[in-house]
Amino acid sequence: MTTLQEPATSPEIGGIGHSVKRQEDDRFIQGGGTYVDDVVLPNMAHMAILASPFAHAEIKSIDTAAAAAVPGVIAVVTGELLAEHNLAWMPTLSGDTQAVLATDKVRFQGQEVAAVIAEDPYVARDAVLLIDVDYEPLAPITSPQQGLEPDAPIIRTDKEDQTDNVVYDWEAGDEAATDAAFAQAVNVVELETFYPRSHPAPLETCAVVADLNPITGKATIYLTSQAPHAHRTLFALVAGLPEQNIRIISPDIGGGFGNKVPIYPGYVVATAASLLLGRPVKWVQTRTENLLTTGFARDYHMKGALALDADGRITAMRAEILSDQGAFFADAQPSKFKAGLVHICTGSYDMGAAHVKARGVYTNKAPGGVAYRCSFRVTEASYLIERLADNAAHQIGMDPAAFRMLNFIKPEQFPYESATGFVYDSGDYHTALQKVLDEVDYENLRKEQEDARAEGRYLGIGIASFTEVVGAGPSRDYDIIGLKMFDSAELRIHPTGKAILKLGVKTQGQGHETTFAQIVAEELGIPSTDIAVQEGDTDNTPYGLGTYASRSTPVGGAATAIIARKLRDKARLIAAHLLEANPDDLEWEPGRFFVKGSPDQGSTIQEIAFAAYTNHPEGMEAGLEGVHYYDPPNMTFPFGSYLVVVEVDPETGTWKVDRMVALDDCGVRINPMIVEGQIHGGLTEGFAKSNMQWLTFDEDGNCIGSNFMDYLVPTAYETPKFELLETVTPSPHHPIGAKGVGESPTVGSPAAYVNAVIDALRPFGVTTLDMPILPDRVWAAVKAAD
Amino acid sequence: MEVNVTINGAARTAEVEARTLLVDFIRTNLSLTGTHIGCDTTSCGVCTVLLDGTPVKSCTMFAFQADGHEIQTVEGLKNGELHPIQAAFKEEHGLQCGFCTPGMMLVGKALLEENLNPTDDEVRWAISGNLCRCTGYMNIVKAIQTAGAELSAAESGATA
Repeated sequence: MTTLQEPATSPEIGGIGHSVKRQEDDRFIQGGGTYVDDVVLPNMAHMAILASPFAHAEIKSIDTAAAAAVPGVIAVVTGELLAEHNLAWMPTLSGDTQAVLATDKVRFQGQEVAAVIAEDPYVARDAVLLIDVDYEPLAPITSPQQGLEPDAPIIRTDKEDQTDNVVYDWEAGDEAATDAAFAQAVNVVELETFYPRSHPAPLETCAVVADLNPITGKATIYLTSQAPHAHRTLFALVAGLPEQNIRIISPDIGGGFGNKVPIYPGYVVATAASLLLGRPVKWVQTRTENLLTTGFARDYHMKGALALDADGRITAMRAEILSDQGAFFADAQPSKFKAGLVHICTGSYDMGAAHVKARGVYTNKAPGGVAYRCSFRVTEASYLIERLADNAAHQIGMDPAAFRMLNFIKPEQFPYESATGFVYDSGDYHTALQKVLDEVDYENLRKEQEDARAEGRYLGIGIASFTEVVGAGPSRDYDIIGLKMFDSAELRIHPTGKAILKLGVKTQGQGHETTFAQIVAEELGIPSTDIAVQEGDTDNTPYGLGTYASRSTPVGGAATAIIARKLRDKARLIAAHLLEANPDDLEWEPGRFFVKGSPDQGSTIQEIAFAAYTNHPEGMEAGLEGVHYYDPPNMTFPFGSYLVVVEVDPETGTWKVDRMVALDDCGVRINPMIVEGQIHGGLTEGFAKSNMQWLTFDEDGNCIGSNFMDYLVPTAYETPKFELLETVTPSPHHPIGAKGVGESPTVGSPAAYVNAVIDALRPFGVTTLDMPILPDRVWAAVKAAD
Repeated sequence: MEVNVTINGAARTAEVEARTLLVDFIRTNLSLTGTHIGCDTTSCGVCTVLLDGTPVKSCTMFAFQADGHEIQTVEGLKNGELHPIQAAFKEEHGLQCGFCTPGMMLVGKALLEENLNPTDDEVRWAISGNLCRCTGYMNIVKAIQTAGAELSAAESGATA
């Protein structure tokens, strides 16, 4: 199964397997990127938003007179005004409703209450401060446990049928079979852990420039959007605008990580304001607005248990999840899966039964639940099973690596149907972990750890062997509020043999302009530098569901390969016409058809492209263009094994990473340089969550972490150095065998870091710690265990 | 009030309010949008420019404080050819979304003016006021070191 990867094309063609330098870099390194805030339109007005200081309060009155009187203010917008246009509420991506501007009460700190449109952004901010809102504070609910208390105030009083704070109850797997396995277990391993709220915090905040042309009725909306086509449809549904008159342009995006999947109230208000005023309106979030109001991630309270037999084999798993959803259920995830894909929590292990129960609860915190560099809650799932695996090994006195080797799904079991119903496409977990163990000389490392302990130094070794599930998805199971999760590619080969590839996905730094061109180069032999990739403009690209959940390569990449193959089939017919040969007598080599047995008698793809417009066979449609919509038959299942070595100072509670060895198997690597870059970034975000990055709240619902002084993200100085390894196990159902990689390291690595710190502290009797592992938590755990 | 600066070698003047931040002056009044805004608290560094050769965060200065000074932004790095730091960022895959890149390159350039051969730790310290959410920094460090080696080779070539 595991293969080594050799490029089939020359470096000049730059197909799959070449580390082609990125086409998009030329503009970025010269300051020539165009992000939404760089868009300036004639007569453009600027918007600022008034945020609620309270987490939960009734709105008694809003007085906008003083704000409206500020010279330079054009309009003040309130929820009341929006309500007149039926725009005070909007649907969320999970089919709930969310206030655009609050009318009845505010439900989280930072919630949008009113907006000022002014000639100048400074004036807009001045005027916002003059809006006088009379609030009647209500008791806030700051945890799901509190939200479930019998006398808890109901947050969603706007929903007639809502009699408590429960958002959903959801389950997967077989409860009876799981109970039976647990009843027979020789050992049961339990873990209760909290995966704290985190925020993706891309460096570019969310922004919009809405331009509704009062004469033509055309709405051109520049948007920080990971899913421009889906957003266009939502704008059509929410604002009642005819869809053909809406053009979403998602230009360069300064990082997304899931944060730019939802639609935010500011987008809707700016669009409504542009409609009412007849001029373009720009809104750019402040960092505080970004952290306070936009898509958070995680916030999962998890209980997990493994049933083990006498040999240490896992026979079953139970997971019980309590999810803090915030004030509106705005998870960006497939409608069928209320708790995302958390039921992938059996991970890399073969077991007969599993049962997952999940409950979502409204709280007075920001809505979101986005898949932060993650495929719909797979990060939480992976964290739970990998923490449990370590605890299980220690509980039965087995080495954590040996425990994993014993329980891994075996290569010959693929395709493997998991106890919760996923069909894993391919994998070789033993080889992956073994390679990592060999790299660090694991046995010797354990000995070093022993020796260090004797000297009073506390080294810890943490392993995580994750399996991800990405590439949503087969449309029979996967949709976002009804929109099926296929994706598309349109390829236009011009007469001179150069090409434009148009996609329904949308890059935010992943390098699509390079990698997708490489897929075409692989299939057609056109040099990748002769191919321009276009994304993000809904007027000029085919429909697709966008880029998140590592779905671009699995779905958009497959669409690209298939449309290129379809055009190659047509190219064969044109070549046969040019060569006066039977199409079946032609052979293909990268960039050229030739007559079998006569290699000098051939036509290059460039010659064929020219003929498609100048000399195509009679009876054939002219041109060499086409579009393909790809509906994947299955998800893809990237995997890997990570090993972290840390040293912990139990006196101060600080810890540092000595080594981070990461093996990723994402199937076929289109551009190894870009894949490694994605892994570096993901490992850093995993480190961030384990070490410092969390979004927390006080008992009044005030967000502690509303700026980059309080919400810490790692600098170069804290970030560890990474050692990367790879195996290549192609996806059998993907046209080029690729699986997706951007999120694997964020999914897999947090457990490795945490397991390492706990491993270092086991001599003190420490068995659990929650993220982020701050020095005071380490210090307290050591003291408590003493 | 009137603010006069020399930016990327050209004299520019604009009439602004006293409270106008340098970053807004550069982006709005001078229409140089390669300098970005990311945080408002001097934490992220995407607004970094060189003021008389020294990296400053332009979101934390008023435009008038730059009056009479020389500013370099990302738009001024290329001088006919790409500056070695620009070439190295592409070569070493030192950028992904590109949002932090202008600031990172300018800080890297300033570091290399003092030290053409910085260690990994020295680079990491120098760029620790600039955040990147995409790359994990390893390739940024490599890019700055590669540019240093390039500049160093050019220097010794020039003196040989």
